[in-house]
This record gives sequence, structure tokens and C-alpha cells, in this order.
Amino acid sequence: MAEPFLDIRNLRIEATVYPPGEPARDIVIVEDVSLTLEKGKVLGLIGESGAGKSTIGLSAMGYGRGGVRIAGGEVWLNGRDIMKGGNRGFRRLRGKEVTYVAQSAAAAFNPAKRLMEQIIEAALKHGVANARQAEARAVDLFDRLGLPEPESFGRRFPHQVSGGQLQRAMTVMALVPEPDLIIFDEPTTALDVTTQIDVLAAIKRAIRDTGVAALYITHDLAVVAQVSDEIMVLRAGSKVERNTAENIINNPQEDYTRALVSVRSITHEEKRPTETPILVARSISASYGKLVQVLKDVSVEVHPGQTLAVVGESGSGKSTLARVLTGLLPPFEGEVTFAGRSLAPALAQRSKEDLRELQMIYQMADTAMNPRQTVETIIGRPLGFYFGLSGRKRRERVVQLLDEIEMGPEFLDRYPAELSGGQKQRVCIARALAAKPKLIICDEVTSALDPLVADGILKLLLRLQKAEDVAYLFITHDLATVKAIADSIAVMYRGELVRYGPKSEVLAPPFDDYTDLLLSSVPEMRIGWLEEVLAHRKMESAGH
Amino acid sequence: MLDGLRLHPVVKLVAQRIALGILLLLAASVMIFLGTLVLPGDVAQAILGQSATPVALANLREQMGLNDPAWQRYLHWLYAALHGDLGTSLSNGRDIATQIGSRLGNTLFLAFWAAVVAVPLAILLGLLSVRYRNRWPDKLISTLSLASISLPEFFIGYVLIYFFAVRLGWFTSVATIYDSMDLWDKLSAIVLPVTVLTMVILAHMMRMTRAAILNVMQAAYIETAELKGLTQFTVIFRHALPNAIAPIVNVVVLNLAYLVVGVVVVEVIFVYPGMGQYLVDHVAKRDVPVVQACGLIFAAVYIGLNLIADLVSIVTNPRLRHPK
Repeated sequence: MAEPFLDIRNLRIEATVYPPGEPARDIVIVEDVSLTLEKGKVLGLIGESGAGKSTIGLSAMGYGRGGVRIAGGEVWLNGRDIMKGGNRGFRRLRGKEVTYVAQSAAAAFNPAKRLMEQIIEAALKHGVANARQAEARAVDLFDRLGLPEPESFGRRFPHQVSGGQLQRAMTVMALVPEPDLIIFDEPTTALDVTTQIDVLAAIKRAIRDTGVAALYITHDLAVVAQVSDEIMVLRAGSKVERNTAENIINNPQEDYTRALVSVRSITHEEKRPTETPILVARSISASYGKLVQVLKDVSVEVHPGQTLAVVGESGSGKSTLARVLTGLLPPFEGEVTFAGRSLAPALAQRSKEDLRELQMIYQMADTAMNPRQTVETIIGRPLGFYFGLSGRKRRERVVQLLDEIEMGPEFLDRYPAELSGGQKQRVCIARALAAKPKLIICDEVTSALDPLVADGILKLLLRLQKAEDVAYLFITHDLATVKAIADSIAVMYRGELVRYGPKSEVLAPPFDDYTDLLLSSVPEMRIGWLEEVLAHRKMESAGH
Repeated sequence: MLDGLRLHPVVKLVAQRIALGILLLLAASVMIFLGTLVLPGDVAQAILGQSATPVALANLREQMGLNDPAWQRYLHWLYAALHGDLGTSLSNGRDIATQIGSRLGNTLFLAFWAAVVAVPLAILLGLLSVRYRNRWPDKLISTLSLASISLPEFFIGYVLIYFFAVRLGWFTSVATIYDSMDLWDKLSAIVLPVTVLTMVILAHMMRMTRAAILNVMQAAYIETAELKGLTQFTVIFRHALPNAIAPIVNVVVLNLAYLVVGVVVVEVIFVYPGMGQYLVDHVAKRDVPVVQACGLIFAAVYIGLNLIADLVSIVTNPRLRHPK
């Protein structure tokens, strides 16, 4: 067994927080975490948000975000404790021995500079290569990672290339100085699944070709299983377990790991369409301004007490469909019928009853609630607005609704900032339910949540559907969610409906090209999935 | 950069801004003209003064075309102004354009040298306060620049005169310059007013530079730059500053405009023959054509400088310069 070149011992990381109205205090973010890494190996760090995985990754560069600081422990890199080198020592290793690939390459590239200048900057600064050599190496890497026109790619500005290409360019930027270690911090989280698979393949190839070691940070176990040799599971700043990727997936030892592996195992029996749909959208076409048509002739139905999942990638028009149905964006063609009556195209012309029966839940629960209102005010508002409830009666109903979303009356006086991400989304669900709607439009309601929390929300939604007989129009880019809760599915691509029908039919072959691509791009929780898909696609394209 | 027959978006935007600037200047000229109409009395009364007889007034009005409708007089005035004829001064009967020519030259000379000192100094101090933010150099720069902006300019001016002209005798207290002086003499004459002006405009520009760069320092690409092992100053100068140009240029331009149109007090203290003093003198004499001419020139300077700020922010935006 080779000597580890990275050896983190008993790491303890603290941060100072400034809660409003209270004195500043120190909190512990990472407690007693140790890890080692050998040259050329990939260690996956996995955990939910707040598990401290990014913080641990950045500690290998001696870097703390915001007020975060390394309060204890040692970080040995290439035979020295980097914590003893001071700022000068940190600057010497950053960008040379250790490089970093950020989650959002779109934000991590300087918009004012051409890509090449940024990509070779670290190599020049550390004297690893001269400009000509560094550029040649970058061009070679562009080519190997499948970027278009490798010779001239670097002359573009960040806004001139796509998100998936930027993420690969960032990987090139990390590779150019020939580091010993690259920290990948959720490099594919912000990408669509069909893009994610290409970037994952590119990262894996880059690691294999250059023999660099990597810490791969993500919350998605299925993704990390494709690229890592070993996986370390973290929770709330502490290690849960560490094992080979194979063992973590197939033979998890800890309960928490088991929960992560079996996440998204919700099953839901599909209901057949009824004779009387609650909502019928017929031949909807819509556009922003006069130029960009974002919906082309889309027709869907939602049945009472059932779920229609609208699935597609960014730019497919799925959120625009929601805006049309809610009246925020009147379509220029088509008609919406709701509970047997025709809905006015624009929100302002709809009756109060129309508004009440069609509610909406948003992706970002944070921004969908007034931060200066208590939970009671937030949930109580529709009760007052639609049913004229006030005082004790309203309070009783709010407590009842809180009970339905599995939260107690102690939350009545809390503000949104005092709730966790999952609790916030639950409050938003209760607010929608308060209006006693017939249909709730759920726009990516679980996308911003950690997998286990998202699972809880989906289970809650399914249970509420049974109890209240409410229909959902569920907009998402996540096919696992779709499989879990849908009765029928609409697949959208570039504003058009490419596939539509009951779940069992939509998810059964033969597939159209796009649905096939979409379905096969969803990472599966098993070792070797990535290679299989890529090999399969290669064969198919050779066959054509 | 013509892309086939379609204009490059930058060219289009620039053309739009210039057209808008011209429109704005026309609107300003209308305002200036209307403003002088609202004043009690007219030019004929002003010329003839207390001794005016009704007949003499009527004759003079006829002679000067004051009986024509206002819009005709406006068009005449505008037409003449566009041809460099700003009319004749009422108080001394001389051609306004020639008088203003040398005055404006002096004002621009003073403004130019004040800007040459103040703008780079402000940006450098702004960069330094970001580099040492919330530490003593930042606090020192902040306190000193605040102090200098809080003191009235006449106070600073007289204090400087007292120490450097009266006590030490390094510079003259009177900053009057003549055409016959060579550049060196002129520069040494304006050292004190330039110092005062620098102190007045420095704080504003410095604080805006600091705020604009600090705003950019939150961006993810700054973290990327830090994780390349670059030094703090390189990060600030190479990665933050280029993205903060637009707000900085805006505040710089506002201050430059102030240097041209707002330095009356400093000119008076140092007996400097610039536009401000010229305007104030003729306001006192109710010399309406001169006031109109000065107003028009000040408006042109303001609009022109702000136009430049707009153009700089358009041209430095890579998204506009290099469309997809």
C-alpha cells in the first residue's frame, strides 16, 4: 500500500455566527474528522447540506469560506503540515499542489476575462509552465474532454459557452498546473442530467489519464459511486463511515448510509385516468415578448386526485406551462378548462373561487414566504382571505393544518428563518392546502432539498393527496421523483410535448430518442453504471 | 465591427446613447431659454435700466426682435449658438464666445490637473482600503477622506493659503494665470487650488471604488482566483477591478463634471479666472445672454461626461462587446 500524500488528522473546524439580536458565538462545523488519500485515488465525500463536506475539502487548501476557520487538527500534504505555513504557504500550494473545481462554473469564471487567460493563470503564477506550454496543455485537455474547436475555445468569454462546457473548462483549469490533488465540489449538481453524464465521463477520463488524486464532494450517492474508489459518508460534521465505493453501495454498515442508499424507494400505485379531468389545457402556445416562443401547441389533462408529472430540462418550457395555467402569462393560443368551466387567460380576470381552487407551491420556499411574518400569519392568510376566518377559529384551523404537515403548534410563532429547509417547504404546502384547492401546481418543490428531506416531502404530498383528494401538477427535472409519485407523465423538450400518457406507458419502451436519452442519463445507484451507459451509447451510434 | 449588414450591438447601443444625449441637450437648452423668460423684465429693460422711457424701450425691443414669438427667438438663439455665436454681453458689449473661450480653457486646465491627481489617487486608495478592509489602513483612509469632504472648501483653501503661501511662501496665494505664462509657471500657480479640489472630490470617488470592489469581492470567481494562490492585491486588481469599472466610472464622471461646473468658491478664493467666477459676476449684473451661454455650456459638459460614462460601461461589458 502506497504512502498517503494527503493526511488530515482530527480536523476541527469552527465558524463565528452572528444571529440577529444575539451576541456572536462560535459553532463547530466539523468535529474530529480524519482522512487519508493516496496518489491517483478518488475519495468521495458525501453528505447532506451542512454535513461539512465542502468545508473539509477546502481545508486541504487551507481555505475557509466566510468566517470559517480551522480550529484544530493537522493537514499533512506531501510530507508537511500545511497549517504551519501561514498565508504565504497556503498561496504556494493553492493552484499548484491542490486545485479546485466549483459547483457553478458559470459563477466561478470571471465574466470579464477570456477563458484561456483564466485557465493558465495558476500555472503561470506558480512557474509550472510558460504561457506557450500552458496553452498547449490546455488545448490538449480541451480536446480530450470533448470541448468544441479546442484550438479556439480558450478565446471565448465565459458567457459565450454553455454550462456543461464551462464545467469541463473548469476541470481543464484545475488540471493545467498538474496538481497532485483536485477538489471537485459538486461539479455536476447544477447541470441537467443529459449534460451531467457527459461531464461525469469527462471528469472520470481526466482523472484516469492524468493520474491525479481527487476529493469528490457531492450529495448524490449515485453520482459519486461512478467516479470514486472509496466513499466517506459525513453527517453534521462527523464521519459516519468510510469504505470502498462497492461496499458503501452494496453493503452499508450504518443506518444513515442505508437510508442514503435506499432513498427514493417510494412506491406509488398508478391510478387510471378518469372520464372527467379537473384541468384540461388545450393547444397552449405561449411566448415571452414577441420573439421567443417557449410553448408550442401543448395539450395535457390532470385528473381529480391524481398527479401529472411534467418533466424536462432547463429551457423545456415546463415552468412556463405553470405560469400559463396560473394566469401569470396569458397564452396567445389555446384554452384552459378547470372543473368544467373555462378559465380566463389572465390572473386579474379570474374569480376568487378560481384562485382558491388552483394553488401553487414553489421551488424556493425561502423566497416564497415573507420573512417578517410568523408561521401562523403565513398559513392563516388564505384562511382569512378565502373563508373569512379570524381569531380563535383561524388559529385552530392553522394548528390543524400544522398537524397535517406533521408539525406541532409550537411552530405557530416561529419565523421562516427559524425553520429548516424541509420545514419551510412543509409550511408552504400547508398554506396551499389552507385554501382547500382542487389542484396544486408544484414547481420543483423538492429540487432545493437534500434527498432524505425531499423523500419526506414526497411522502407527505402523497399522503395528503389521499386524504384531501387533491390533484397535483408536478413540475420537475428529476426522473426519480417522477417515477415515485406520478400517475401520468408529460415529457417536454424545447417547448414541445414529446411524450405524454399514463406513467406505465410513458416509461415503457419503445422510446422516442429524447425520452430514451433522458431516462438513460439518470444515475443509478450501482457501480459501473456510467461505463455501461457510455458503452451502450457508443454501440448505438456505431450502429446507426 | 460590422457583422454582415447587421450592426454590432455595441454600435447600436452607442448610437442610441449619443442620440439620447443630443435630445437631452436640446431639452436643456429649452429649459434655459424658458428660465430666462420667467424672470421679471426683459433684456431691453436691463440695458436701458432705470432711465428707460416707454418709447426707447419699444424701439429697442423692435430692434432686438423681442416682440417675436418666444419659439422664434428660441430658434434664432439656438441657431446662432450652434454656429458659435453666443451673443453679446450686455454689461460690456463684448462677444460672449470669445470671453468664454479663454475662461473655459482656464477652467478645463484646472479641472484636468485636479482630475489627473485625484482620480488615480482615489482608485489607488480605494484598492488599498479593500486590501486592508476593516484594518487600520482602511480606517485611516476612510477617516481622512471623510474629514476632508466634511470641511468646507473655502476653509481648506484659506488654511492652505495661510500655511503654504503666507507662512512658508512656497506657492502664491493668487492663482491667476495668463496666456503668456509657460506651463511650469501655470502649474505652480494652480498647486493650491488643485490640492483643495482633490481633497473635495477624493472621498466620494474613493468610497465608491471601495464599495464597488467589495461588492464584486463576494462573487464566486473571486474565490476561484484566491484558490489559484494569487496574492490579495492581484486578486483585487486583476479579478475584481475589471468587474467594478462601470460604477467607478460613473462616480468619477460625476466628480469631473463638478470640477467644471461647480468650482465657483475655489475660483473666487484663489482669484482664478475660470467659468464659475465669470458666471457669478454676470449673474450679479443681470447679464442674461451670458448666463444663458454659461448654462448651455455647463449642460453640455454634464451631458457629455455622463454620456462618456455610459459609453465606457457599455464598452467594458464583455457580454455586449462579444455577443454569443
